[in-house]
Amino acid sequence: MAEFVSMGGYGFYIWGSYLVTALLMVVEVILVRRRRQKLLTRLARISARNSQESSERKS
Amino acid sequence: MALNLFKLSSPASFYPFAGRLIPWFVVLTVLLTVAGLYLGFVVAPTDYKQGEAYRIMFVHVPAAWMSMFIYVVMAVYAGLALVMNTRLSTMMATALAPTGAMFTFIALWTGAFWGKPMWGAWWVWDARLTSELILLFLYIGYMSLYAAIDDPRRAARASGLLVLVGVVNVPVIYFSVKWWNTLHQGASVSFGQAPEMAATMLMAMLIMSLAFWMYTIAIVLMRVRCEILERERQSEWVQEAIARERGNG
Repeated sequence: MAEFVSMGGYGFYIWGSYLVTALLMVVEVILVRRRRQKLLTRLARISARNSQESSERKS
Repeated sequence: MALNLFKLSSPASFYPFAGRLIPWFVVLTVLLTVAGLYLGFVVAPTDYKQGEAYRIMFVHVPAAWMSMFIYVVMAVYAGLALVMNTRLSTMMATALAPTGAMFTFIALWTGAFWGKPMWGAWWVWDARLTSELILLFLYIGYMSLYAAIDDPRRAARASGLLVLVGVVNVPVIYFSVKWWNTLHQGASVSFGQAPEMAATMLMAMLIMSLAFWMYTIAIVLMRVRCEILERERQSEWVQEAIARERGNG
């Protein structure tokens, strides 16, 4: 295992490349999912208020 | 499922369509990445000259390919938006940019981490590295220009022009290693002649490229759906989509 991590002495460079790549891709997914959640809640609140206003106008 | 491309160009029908595709591309991304990494780290042999350092290639090259490919696809959508003024093409270009910028940064980062042990330098003002850095600035320029202009139509027009002007940089990157004698490696994989690489190394790199491509499609479809919801929030179908989405959480 240690030999795998050391990667023939290039471990720092190899894992430095792979960790940053993995980190950036995971963070990007998290950001898009969070953006979607916030959007859905905001739009749901707006549509709830709209339907509430329209029902008040009717009554 | 009649794939009516004209119908799909309307955000209302593209939104559910994209939603159905995303899970497939997520699964493909995971499978291909696992296969690519296994081939790259377990099967592929040690390089006679570079030892283990060459394994950075399995993310560096796919990221670099994607950075160029995404920019060209962005330029096509931006061009479409300018000519046909279709909202969805602007949204696609906007959805592609962050992922393209990320892959450009990854290509530069992993390149530096490969260059340090092999060339002894994190950065060199080499033709390919410099043109890839310009590509990063073009992506950032596109995103900030689009964000800076409030009116969506004018923003699409201005940023679309920037993308089209910048597209000339992509062939410069691609051919830089041929036109100038660069420190950067020449094309070991190119159209028309056999790759000068061991089969397993090549296979691992190609599978990782496919994995990055599937990842790009999945993440861009997710982001474009956000763009669609934001832009079309007034319309009736968004209200229904919201109610349905909120229904199943």
